[in-house]
Amino acid sequence: MNTGAIMKHQAFIAAIALALAPVLSRAQEKFGARDGNITFFSHAPLEDITAVSRNAASVLVPATGAIEFSVLIKAFEFKKALMQEHFNENYMESGKFPKAKFNGQLKTEPGDDISKPGAHTVQVDGTLSIHGVDQPLHTRAILTASTDGTIQAECKFNVRPEDHGITVPGLVRDKIAKSMEVTVSITYHKL
Amino acid sequence: MNHKAFLVLATCLPVVPLMAQDSLLDALGKDSTANSYTIAIFKSTRVVNGHSLETLPQGVLDLRISHRMGFVNGGISNFFGLDQATIRLGLDYGITDRLMVGIGRSSYQKTVDGLLKYKLLRQCDAGCTMPIALDVVASASVTTLVAEEVPWYRPGNEDYLSNRLSYNFQLVAGRKFTEGLSFQVMPGVVHRNLVTRKDEHNDLVNVGVAGRVKLSRRSALTGEWFGVLPGQGPRDPFHNSVAIGVDIETGGHVFQLHFTNSTGMFERAFITETTGDFFKGDIHFGFNISRVFTVYDPKAKALRKQDGIHAKPQKARVPAK
Repeated sequence: MNTGAIMKHQAFIAAIALALAPVLSRAQEKFGARDGNITFFSHAPLEDITAVSRNAASVLVPATGAIEFSVLIKAFEFKKALMQEHFNENYMESGKFPKAKFNGQLKTEPGDDISKPGAHTVQVDGTLSIHGVDQPLHTRAILTASTDGTIQAECKFNVRPEDHGITVPGLVRDKIAKSMEVTVSITYHKL
Repeated sequence: MNHKAFLVLATCLPVVPLMAQDSLLDALGKDSTANSYTIAIFKSTRVVNGHSLETLPQGVLDLRISHRMGFVNGGISNFFGLDQATIRLGLDYGITDRLMVGIGRSSYQKTVDGLLKYKLLRQCDAGCTMPIALDVVASASVTTLVAEEVPWYRPGNEDYLSNRLSYNFQLVAGRKFTEGLSFQVMPGVVHRNLVTRKDEHNDLVNVGVAGRVKLSRRSALTGEWFGVLPGQGPRDPFHNSVAIGVDIETGGHVFQLHFTNSTGMFERAFITETTGDFFKGDIHFGFNISRVFTVYDPKAKALRKQDGIHAKPQKARVPAK
Protein backbone atom coordinates (compact mmCIF):
# COMPACT_ATOMS: atom_id res chain seq x y z
CA MET A 1 0.00 0.00 0.00
CA ASN A 2 1.41 3.37 -0.87
CA THR A 3 1.58 6.39 1.36
CA GLY A 4 -1.14 8.13 -0.58
CA ALA A 5 -3.63 5.40 0.32
CA ILE A 6 -2.72 5.62 4.00
CA MET A 7 -3.12 9.36 3.92
CA LYS A 8 -6.54 8.85 2.36
CA HIS A 9 -7.54 6.42 5.07
CA GLN A 10 -6.36 8.73 7.79
CA ALA A 11 -8.25 11.60 6.26
CA PHE A 12 -11.32 9.39 6.10
CA ILE A 13 -11.07 8.45 9.80
CA ALA A 14 -10.50 12.04 10.77
CA ALA A 15 -13.57 13.03 8.76
CA ILE A 16 -15.68 10.41 10.51
CA ALA A 17 -14.37 11.53 13.89
CA LEU A 18 -15.18 15.12 13.07
CA ALA A 19 -18.64 14.22 11.83
CA LEU A 20 -19.32 12.18 14.94
CA ALA A 21 -17.97 14.77 17.35
CA PRO A 22 -21.15 16.84 17.73
CA VAL A 23 -23.25 13.68 18.07
CA LEU A 24 -20.94 12.31 20.74
CA SER A 25 -20.79 15.56 22.63
CA ARG A 26 -24.57 15.85 22.63
CA ALA A 27 -24.76 12.30 23.84
CA GLN A 28 -22.54 13.35 26.73
CA GLU A 29 -24.64 16.40 27.56
CA LYS A 30 -24.66 16.76 31.32
CA PHE A 31 -27.10 18.26 33.76
CA GLY A 32 -25.95 19.23 37.20
CA ALA A 33 -26.94 20.87 40.45
CA ARG A 34 -25.19 21.95 43.62
CA ASP A 35 -28.27 22.92 45.59
CA GLY A 36 -30.21 19.70 45.73
CA ASN A 37 -32.49 19.15 48.71
CA ILE A 38 -32.15 15.91 50.60
CA THR A 39 -34.42 15.43 53.59
CA PHE A 40 -34.65 12.49 55.89
CA PHE A 41 -37.39 11.77 58.30
CA SER A 42 -37.34 9.38 61.23
CA HIS A 43 -40.63 8.48 62.82
CA ALA A 44 -40.33 6.74 66.20
CA PRO A 45 -42.72 6.30 69.14
CA LEU A 46 -41.07 9.01 71.23
CA GLU A 47 -39.80 11.44 68.66
CA ASP A 48 -40.02 12.54 65.05
CA ILE A 49 -36.77 13.78 63.62
CA THR A 50 -36.28 15.69 60.39
CA ALA A 51 -33.02 16.83 58.87
CA VAL A 52 -32.39 18.60 55.62
CA SER A 53 -29.41 19.39 53.44
CA ARG A 54 -29.80 22.07 50.80
CA ASN A 55 -26.53 21.58 49.01
CA ALA A 56 -26.41 18.10 47.63
CA ALA A 57 -24.36 17.88 44.43
CA SER A 58 -25.54 15.77 41.53
CA VAL A 59 -24.84 15.20 37.86
CA LEU A 60 -27.14 13.49 35.39
CA VAL A 61 -26.38 12.40 31.84
CA PRO A 62 -29.75 11.96 30.07
CA ALA A 63 -28.29 10.11 27.10
CA THR A 64 -26.70 7.33 29.13
CA GLY A 65 -28.91 7.53 32.21
CA ALA A 66 -25.85 7.80 34.45
CA ILE A 67 -26.53 9.66 37.68
CA GLU A 68 -24.37 10.53 40.67
CA PHE A 69 -25.02 12.20 43.99
CA SER A 70 -22.83 13.43 46.77
CA VAL A 71 -23.87 15.16 49.99
CA LEU A 72 -21.86 16.34 52.97
CA ILE A 73 -23.09 14.68 56.16
CA LYS A 74 -22.21 17.78 58.16
CA ALA A 75 -24.49 19.87 55.95
CA PHE A 76 -27.62 18.20 57.33
CA GLU A 77 -29.48 20.63 59.53
CA PHE A 78 -31.58 19.55 62.47
CA LYS A 79 -33.99 21.50 64.58
CA LYS A 80 -31.95 20.78 67.69
CA ALA A 81 -28.28 21.62 67.63
CA LEU A 82 -27.46 18.70 69.89
CA MET A 83 -29.22 16.24 67.63
CA GLN A 84 -27.04 17.50 64.81
CA GLU A 85 -23.94 16.97 66.91
CA HIS A 86 -24.99 13.48 67.94
CA PHE A 87 -25.91 12.63 64.35
CA ASN A 88 -22.40 13.55 63.23
CA GLU A 89 -20.49 12.24 66.24
CA ASN A 90 -22.34 9.16 67.39
CA TYR A 91 -24.07 7.80 64.34
CA MET A 92 -22.63 8.96 61.01
CA GLU A 93 -19.05 9.53 62.22
CA SER A 94 -18.79 12.34 59.71
CA GLY A 95 -15.15 12.94 60.61
CA LYS A 96 -14.34 9.52 59.19
CA PHE A 97 -17.05 9.38 56.52
CA PRO A 98 -17.70 12.98 55.47
CA LYS A 99 -19.96 12.25 52.48
CA ALA A 100 -22.86 10.07 51.48
CA LYS A 101 -22.81 9.10 47.81
CA PHE A 102 -25.02 7.51 45.25
CA ASN A 103 -23.87 6.17 41.94
CA GLY A 104 -26.45 4.73 39.63
CA GLN A 105 -28.32 4.37 36.42
CA LEU A 106 -31.73 5.63 35.32
CA LYS A 107 -33.90 3.38 33.22
CA THR A 108 -36.66 5.03 31.28
CA GLU A 109 -39.77 3.44 29.83
CA PRO A 110 -38.91 2.04 26.39
CA GLY A 111 -38.71 4.84 23.87
CA ASP A 112 -38.91 7.58 26.45
CA ASP A 113 -36.37 10.41 26.45
CA ILE A 114 -36.01 12.28 29.73
CA SER A 115 -34.72 15.41 28.08
CA LYS A 116 -38.07 15.86 26.29
CA PRO A 117 -40.33 18.34 28.13
CA GLY A 118 -42.83 16.66 30.40
CA ALA A 119 -42.86 14.24 33.31
CA HIS A 120 -41.07 10.91 33.09
CA THR A 121 -41.17 8.07 35.57
CA VAL A 122 -37.87 6.27 35.74
CA GLN A 123 -36.42 3.30 37.55
CA VAL A 124 -33.24 4.13 39.50
CA ASP A 125 -30.75 1.40 40.30
CA GLY A 126 -27.41 1.93 41.89
CA THR A 127 -25.22 1.87 44.95
CA LEU A 128 -25.81 4.04 47.98
CA SER A 129 -22.78 4.62 50.16
CA ILE A 130 -23.44 5.88 53.68
CA HIS A 131 -21.13 5.61 56.68
CA GLY A 132 -18.60 3.87 54.46
CA VAL A 133 -20.96 0.98 53.72
CA ASP A 134 -22.27 0.35 50.20
CA GLN A 135 -25.78 -0.97 49.70
CA PRO A 136 -27.74 -1.48 46.48
CA LEU A 137 -30.64 0.92 46.05
CA HIS A 138 -33.61 0.40 43.75
CA THR A 139 -36.29 3.04 43.61
CA ARG A 140 -38.43 5.06 41.25
CA ALA A 141 -38.15 8.75 40.53
CA ILE A 142 -40.10 11.35 38.62
CA LEU A 143 -38.13 13.57 36.31
CA THR A 144 -39.80 16.62 34.85
CA ALA A 145 -38.04 18.34 31.99
CA SER A 146 -39.03 21.95 31.40
CA THR A 147 -38.88 23.91 28.19
CA ASP A 148 -36.40 26.26 29.86
CA GLY A 149 -33.84 23.46 29.82
CA THR A 150 -34.01 22.40 33.46
CA ILE A 151 -34.89 18.97 34.78
CA GLN A 152 -36.65 18.64 38.11
CA ALA A 153 -36.18 15.31 39.88
CA GLU A 154 -38.21 13.99 42.81
CA CYS A 155 -37.56 10.74 44.57
CA LYS A 156 -38.43 9.02 47.83
CA PHE A 157 -36.92 5.88 49.30
CA ASN A 158 -36.14 4.24 52.63
CA VAL A 159 -32.79 3.62 54.24
CA ARG A 160 -32.18 1.42 57.24
CA PRO A 161 -29.32 2.74 59.38
CA GLU A 162 -28.53 -0.83 60.40
CA ASP A 163 -27.78 -1.75 56.77
CA HIS A 164 -25.03 0.85 56.73
CA GLY A 165 -23.36 -0.24 59.94
CA ILE A 166 -24.98 2.50 62.03
CA THR A 167 -25.88 1.09 65.42
CA VAL A 168 -28.58 2.59 67.61
CA PRO A 169 -28.09 1.88 71.32
CA GLY A 170 -30.99 0.36 73.25
CA LEU A 171 -31.44 3.48 75.34
CA VAL A 172 -32.56 5.62 72.40
CA ARG A 173 -34.25 2.91 70.33
CA ASP A 174 -37.66 4.47 70.92
CA LYS A 175 -36.42 7.77 69.55
CA ILE A 176 -34.85 6.66 66.30
CA ALA A 177 -36.70 4.84 63.53
CA LYS A 178 -35.47 1.55 62.15
CA SER A 179 -36.04 2.92 58.68
CA MET A 180 -35.57 6.51 57.55
CA GLU A 181 -37.60 8.06 54.77
CA VAL A 182 -35.33 9.96 52.43
CA THR A 183 -36.74 12.55 50.04
CA VAL A 184 -34.71 13.96 47.20
CA SER A 185 -35.74 17.07 45.33
CA ILE A 186 -33.35 18.62 42.88
CA THR A 187 -33.41 20.95 39.91
CA TYR A 188 -30.78 20.22 37.27
CA HIS A 189 -29.40 22.83 34.95
CA LYS A 190 -27.51 22.14 31.77
CA LEU A 191 -23.76 22.18 32.41
CA MET B 1 -3.93 -3.16 5.15
CA ASN B 2 -4.27 0.18 6.85
CA HIS B 3 -2.35 -0.77 9.97
CA LYS B 4 -1.86 2.81 10.86
CA ALA B 5 -5.56 3.55 10.86
CA PHE B 6 -6.12 0.48 13.02
CA LEU B 7 -3.43 1.67 15.40
CA VAL B 8 -5.02 5.10 15.63
CA LEU B 9 -8.36 3.52 16.48
CA ALA B 10 -6.81 1.05 18.91
CA THR B 11 -5.12 3.82 20.84
CA CYS B 12 -8.30 5.90 20.90
CA LEU B 13 -10.63 3.18 22.16
CA PRO B 14 -9.31 2.73 25.69
CA VAL B 15 -9.77 6.45 26.28
CA VAL B 16 -13.54 6.05 26.45
CA PRO B 17 -13.75 3.63 29.38
CA LEU B 18 -10.93 5.50 31.14
CA MET B 19 -12.92 8.69 31.01
CA ALA B 20 -16.02 6.90 32.22
CA GLN B 21 -14.21 5.97 35.42
CA ASP B 22 -13.95 9.60 36.52
CA SER B 23 -16.70 10.85 38.75
CA LEU B 24 -19.49 12.59 36.91
CA LEU B 25 -19.46 15.12 39.72
CA ASP B 26 -16.14 16.47 38.43
CA ALA B 27 -18.25 18.29 35.86
CA LEU B 28 -19.53 20.54 38.67
CA GLY B 29 -16.04 21.79 39.38
CA LYS B 30 -14.54 22.08 42.82
CA ASP B 31 -16.56 21.48 45.96
CA SER B 32 -18.05 24.60 47.43
CA THR B 33 -15.94 25.93 50.25
CA ALA B 34 -18.49 26.87 52.88
CA ASN B 35 -16.83 27.31 56.26
CA SER B 36 -17.19 24.27 58.43
CA TYR B 37 -16.16 24.35 62.07
CA THR B 38 -14.99 21.46 64.17
CA ILE B 39 -17.71 20.08 66.41
CA ALA B 40 -17.61 18.13 69.66
CA ILE B 41 -14.03 18.84 70.72
CA PHE B 42 -15.26 17.70 74.14
CA LYS B 43 -18.51 16.02 75.11
CA SER B 44 -19.48 18.64 77.63
CA THR B 45 -18.80 22.26 78.62
CA ARG B 46 -16.58 21.01 81.49
CA VAL B 47 -13.70 18.55 81.30
CA VAL B 48 -14.02 17.57 84.97
CA ASN B 49 -13.92 20.66 87.17
CA GLY B 50 -12.65 23.19 84.67
CA HIS B 51 -14.09 24.51 81.44
CA SER B 52 -13.61 22.75 78.13
CA LEU B 53 -13.64 24.43 74.72
CA GLU B 54 -17.33 23.71 74.34
CA THR B 55 -20.14 26.17 74.86
CA LEU B 56 -23.84 25.41 74.66
CA PRO B 57 -25.62 25.93 71.35
CA GLN B 58 -28.09 28.80 71.20
CA GLY B 59 -31.27 28.12 73.13
CA VAL B 60 -29.96 25.11 75.05
CA LEU B 61 -30.27 24.95 78.83
CA ASP B 62 -27.93 22.64 80.69
CA LEU B 63 -28.81 21.45 84.17
CA ARG B 64 -25.65 20.25 85.88
CA ILE B 65 -25.66 18.21 89.04
CA SER B 66 -22.18 17.64 90.43
CA HIS B 67 -21.12 15.63 93.44
CA ARG B 68 -17.76 15.03 95.10
CA MET B 69 -17.75 12.32 97.72
CA GLY B 70 -15.36 12.26 100.66
CA PHE B 71 -11.75 11.12 100.37
CA VAL B 72 -11.48 7.48 99.40
CA ASN B 73 -8.69 7.05 101.98
CA GLY B 74 -11.28 7.78 104.68
CA GLY B 75 -11.53 4.02 104.95
CA ILE B 76 -14.42 1.69 105.55
CA SER B 77 -15.79 3.73 108.49
CA ASN B 78 -16.57 6.51 106.00
CA PHE B 79 -17.50 3.96 103.33
CA PHE B 80 -14.49 5.17 101.31
CA GLY B 81 -15.86 8.67 101.16
CA LEU B 82 -19.39 7.84 100.08
CA ASP B 83 -20.74 8.98 103.48
CA GLN B 84 -20.11 12.59 102.55
CA ALA B 85 -20.85 14.68 99.50
CA THR B 86 -20.07 18.17 98.33
CA ILE B 87 -22.58 19.37 95.78
CA ARG B 88 -22.82 21.97 93.07
CA LEU B 89 -26.06 22.55 91.22
CA GLY B 90 -25.71 24.60 88.07
CA LEU B 91 -27.73 26.01 85.22
CA ASP B 92 -25.99 27.08 82.01
CA TYR B 93 -27.62 28.60 78.95
CA GLY B 94 -26.48 29.31 75.40
CA ILE B 95 -27.44 32.88 74.48
CA THR B 96 -25.84 32.52 71.07
CA ASP B 97 -23.87 29.64 69.60
CA ARG B 98 -20.75 31.36 70.93
CA LEU B 99 -21.87 32.99 74.19
CA MET B 100 -22.84 31.00 77.25
CA VAL B 101 -23.88 32.16 80.72
CA GLY B 102 -24.30 30.13 83.86
CA ILE B 103 -25.04 30.22 87.56
CA GLY B 104 -24.29 27.68 90.25
CA ARG B 105 -24.68 27.05 93.92
CA SER B 106 -22.11 24.98 95.77
CA SER B 107 -22.34 23.48 99.22
CA TYR B 108 -18.59 24.19 99.47
CA GLN B 109 -18.50 27.41 101.57
CA LYS B 110 -22.14 27.92 100.53
CA THR B 111 -20.98 29.68 97.39
CA VAL B 112 -22.99 31.14 94.53
CA ASP B 113 -21.07 31.57 91.28
CA GLY B 114 -21.84 33.09 87.93
CA LEU B 115 -20.00 32.71 84.66
CA LEU B 116 -19.66 34.01 81.13
CA LYS B 117 -17.95 32.04 78.42
CA TYR B 118 -17.34 33.17 74.86
CA LYS B 119 -15.97 31.27 71.87
CA LEU B 120 -13.45 33.72 70.48
CA LEU B 121 -11.95 31.45 67.81
CA ARG B 122 -13.42 28.34 66.27
CA GLN B 123 -11.30 25.54 64.93
CA CYS B 124 -11.91 25.08 61.24
CA ASP B 125 -12.45 21.86 59.29
CA ALA B 126 -12.98 23.16 55.79
CA GLY B 127 -13.20 26.46 53.95
CA CYS B 128 -11.10 28.41 56.47
CA THR B 129 -7.74 27.95 58.13
CA MET B 130 -8.06 28.49 61.91
CA PRO B 131 -6.09 25.63 63.50
CA ILE B 132 -7.24 26.12 67.11
CA ALA B 133 -10.25 26.99 69.17
CA LEU B 134 -10.04 29.68 71.84
CA ASP B 135 -12.57 30.53 74.55
CA VAL B 136 -12.54 33.17 77.24
CA VAL B 137 -14.12 32.44 80.59
CA ALA B 138 -14.94 35.01 83.25
CA SER B 139 -16.59 34.04 86.50
CA ALA B 140 -17.27 35.43 89.94
CA SER B 141 -18.24 33.78 93.18
CA VAL B 142 -19.64 34.92 96.49
CA THR B 143 -19.81 32.94 99.68
CA THR B 144 -23.03 33.14 101.68
CA LEU B 145 -21.61 31.66 104.90
CA VAL B 146 -22.13 33.60 108.12
CA ALA B 147 -19.08 35.81 108.64
CA GLU B 148 -17.57 33.73 111.49
CA GLU B 149 -17.45 30.68 109.23
CA VAL B 150 -15.77 32.34 106.24
CA PRO B 151 -12.23 30.88 106.40
CA TRP B 152 -10.42 34.14 105.61
CA TYR B 153 -12.31 36.26 108.16
CA ARG B 154 -10.62 37.23 111.44
CA PRO B 155 -12.51 38.26 114.57
CA GLY B 156 -13.12 41.99 114.44
CA ASN B 157 -13.12 42.09 110.60
CA GLU B 158 -15.89 44.14 109.11
CA ASP B 159 -18.19 41.88 107.02
CA TYR B 160 -18.13 43.68 103.68
CA LEU B 161 -19.79 41.98 100.72
CA SER B 162 -16.70 42.71 98.62
CA ASN B 163 -14.64 40.60 101.05
CA ARG B 164 -16.75 37.59 100.11
CA LEU B 165 -16.09 37.90 96.39
CA SER B 166 -13.56 36.23 94.16
CA TYR B 167 -13.04 36.30 90.41
CA ASN B 168 -11.60 34.05 87.78
CA PHE B 169 -10.43 34.87 84.27
CA GLN B 170 -9.30 32.16 81.95
CA LEU B 171 -8.30 31.49 78.39
CA VAL B 172 -9.03 28.05 77.03
CA ALA B 173 -6.98 27.27 73.92
CA GLY B 174 -6.89 23.91 72.25
CA ARG B 175 -7.50 21.70 69.31
CA LYS B 176 -9.24 18.52 68.29
CA PHE B 177 -6.21 16.83 66.78
CA THR B 178 -8.02 13.74 65.55
CA GLU B 179 -11.50 12.30 65.98
CA GLY B 180 -10.32 10.67 69.17
CA LEU B 181 -7.83 13.16 70.62
CA SER B 182 -8.44 16.68 71.91
CA PHE B 183 -6.08 18.76 74.01
CA GLN B 184 -6.28 22.20 75.59
CA VAL B 185 -4.23 24.62 77.69
CA MET B 186 -5.87 27.00 80.17
CA PRO B 187 -3.84 29.95 81.45
CA GLY B 188 -5.73 32.09 83.94
CA VAL B 189 -5.78 34.19 87.03
CA VAL B 190 -7.88 33.87 90.17
CA HIS B 191 -8.42 37.04 92.16
CA ARG B 192 -9.50 36.89 95.79
CA ASN B 193 -10.70 40.14 97.30
CA LEU B 194 -9.62 39.04 100.74
CA VAL B 195 -7.13 36.36 101.74
CA THR B 196 -6.37 34.70 105.08
CA ARG B 197 -2.77 35.79 105.59
CA LYS B 198 -0.84 38.96 104.84
CA ASP B 199 1.83 37.17 102.78
CA GLU B 200 -0.72 35.52 100.52
CA HIS B 201 -1.23 37.08 97.10
CA ASN B 202 -4.71 38.19 96.12
CA ASP B 203 -4.04 37.25 92.48
CA LEU B 204 -2.88 33.77 91.67
CA VAL B 205 -1.69 33.19 88.14
CA ASN B 206 -2.31 29.61 87.16
CA VAL B 207 -2.20 27.31 84.19
CA GLY B 208 -4.10 24.16 83.39
CA VAL B 209 -3.92 21.41 80.82
CA ALA B 210 -6.67 19.01 79.87
CA GLY B 211 -7.27 16.36 77.29
CA ARG B 212 -9.67 13.78 76.00
CA VAL B 213 -9.16 10.42 74.38
CA LYS B 214 -12.28 8.87 72.94
CA LEU B 215 -12.84 5.27 73.93
CA SER B 216 -15.89 4.74 71.74
CA ARG B 217 -18.40 6.88 69.89
CA ARG B 218 -20.14 7.69 73.16
CA SER B 219 -17.46 7.50 75.82
CA ALA B 220 -14.14 9.16 76.43
CA LEU B 221 -11.31 9.24 78.92
CA THR B 222 -10.57 12.73 80.25
CA GLY B 223 -7.80 14.23 82.32
CA GLU B 224 -7.16 17.63 83.81
CA TRP B 225 -4.46 19.37 85.85
CA PHE B 226 -4.34 22.90 87.24
CA GLY B 227 -1.24 24.39 88.83
CA VAL B 228 -0.66 27.74 90.51
CA LEU B 229 2.60 29.17 89.20
CA PRO B 230 5.37 29.29 91.85
CA GLY B 231 6.63 32.50 93.47
CA GLN B 232 3.21 33.80 94.47
CA GLY B 233 3.44 33.56 98.24
CA PRO B 234 2.99 30.57 100.51
CA ARG B 235 0.67 27.86 99.16
CA ASP B 236 0.71 25.47 102.08
CA PRO B 237 -1.54 23.50 102.76
CA PHE B 238 -2.92 23.66 99.23
CA HIS B 239 -2.07 21.40 96.33
CA ASN B 240 -2.50 21.53 92.59
CA SER B 241 -5.71 20.09 91.19
CA VAL B 242 -5.64 16.72 89.42
CA ALA B 243 -8.54 14.86 87.90
CA ILE B 244 -9.06 11.86 85.69
CA GLY B 245 -12.42 10.70 84.52
CA VAL B 246 -14.71 9.09 82.02
CA ASP B 247 -17.41 10.81 79.97
CA ILE B 248 -20.40 8.74 78.97
CA GLU B 249 -22.94 10.31 76.67
CA THR B 250 -26.46 8.99 76.19
CA GLY B 251 -28.58 11.26 74.03
CA GLY B 252 -29.45 14.29 76.14
CA HIS B 253 -27.33 13.28 79.14
CA VAL B 254 -23.62 13.34 79.70
CA PHE B 255 -22.37 11.43 82.73
CA GLN B 256 -18.92 12.38 83.89
CA LEU B 257 -17.42 10.04 86.48
CA HIS B 258 -14.05 10.91 87.92
CA PHE B 259 -11.42 10.85 90.61
CA THR B 260 -10.06 14.19 91.78
CA ASN B 261 -8.30 15.65 94.79
CA SER B 262 -10.36 18.87 94.58
CA THR B 263 -13.44 19.37 96.71
CA GLY B 264 -14.90 22.58 95.29
CA MET B 265 -16.38 22.82 91.83
CA PHE B 266 -15.82 26.46 90.93
CA GLU B 267 -12.47 27.93 89.92
CA ARG B 268 -11.31 29.63 93.13
CA ALA B 269 -12.06 26.47 95.06
CA PHE B 270 -10.36 23.89 92.89
CA ILE B 271 -7.48 25.95 91.53
CA THR B 272 -6.42 27.68 94.74
CA GLU B 273 -7.98 25.70 97.61
CA THR B 274 -7.44 22.04 96.82
CA THR B 275 -6.37 20.48 100.11
CA GLY B 276 -6.08 16.87 99.01
CA ASP B 277 -2.77 15.33 98.01
CA PHE B 278 -3.77 13.14 95.07
CA PHE B 279 -0.74 10.88 95.43
CA LYS B 280 -1.37 10.22 99.13
CA GLY B 281 -4.85 8.95 98.41
CA ASP B 282 -6.74 12.17 99.17
CA ILE B 283 -9.02 11.45 96.26
CA HIS B 284 -12.70 12.09 95.86
CA PHE B 285 -14.87 9.94 93.70
CA GLY B 286 -17.22 12.33 91.96
CA PHE B 287 -19.62 12.78 89.12
CA ASN B 288 -21.23 15.48 87.02
CA ILE B 289 -24.55 14.80 85.39
CA SER B 290 -25.41 17.13 82.56
CA ARG B 291 -28.94 17.15 81.19
CA VAL B 292 -29.68 19.46 78.28
CA PHE B 293 -33.04 20.92 77.30
CA THR B 294 -33.71 22.77 74.08
CA VAL B 295 -35.81 25.66 75.31
CA TYR B 296 -35.60 27.75 72.16
CA ASP B 297 -35.21 26.45 68.59
CA PRO B 298 -33.55 29.09 66.42
CA LYS B 299 -32.94 26.54 63.67
CA ALA B 300 -36.51 25.31 63.57
CA LYS B 301 -37.59 28.86 62.89
CA ALA B 302 -35.02 29.29 60.15
CA LEU B 303 -35.99 25.97 58.57
CA ARG B 304 -39.66 26.88 58.53
CA LYS B 305 -38.79 30.17 56.90
CA GLN B 306 -36.68 28.48 54.24
CA ASP B 307 -39.42 25.95 53.58
CA GLY B 308 -41.84 28.81 53.03
CA ILE B 309 -39.52 30.36 50.49
CA HIS B 310 -38.88 27.01 48.88
CA ALA B 311 -42.57 26.18 48.54
CA LYS B 312 -43.35 29.17 46.36
CA PRO B 313 -41.57 28.29 43.11
CA GLN B 314 -42.90 24.74 43.37
CA LYS B 315 -46.50 25.94 43.49
CA ALA B 316 -45.85 28.34 40.66
CA ARG B 317 -44.41 25.54 38.52
CA VAL B 318 -46.93 25.84 35.72
CA PRO B 319 -45.58 24.96 32.27
CA ALA B 320 -44.07 28.20 31.08
CA LYS B 321 -44.98 29.27 27.60
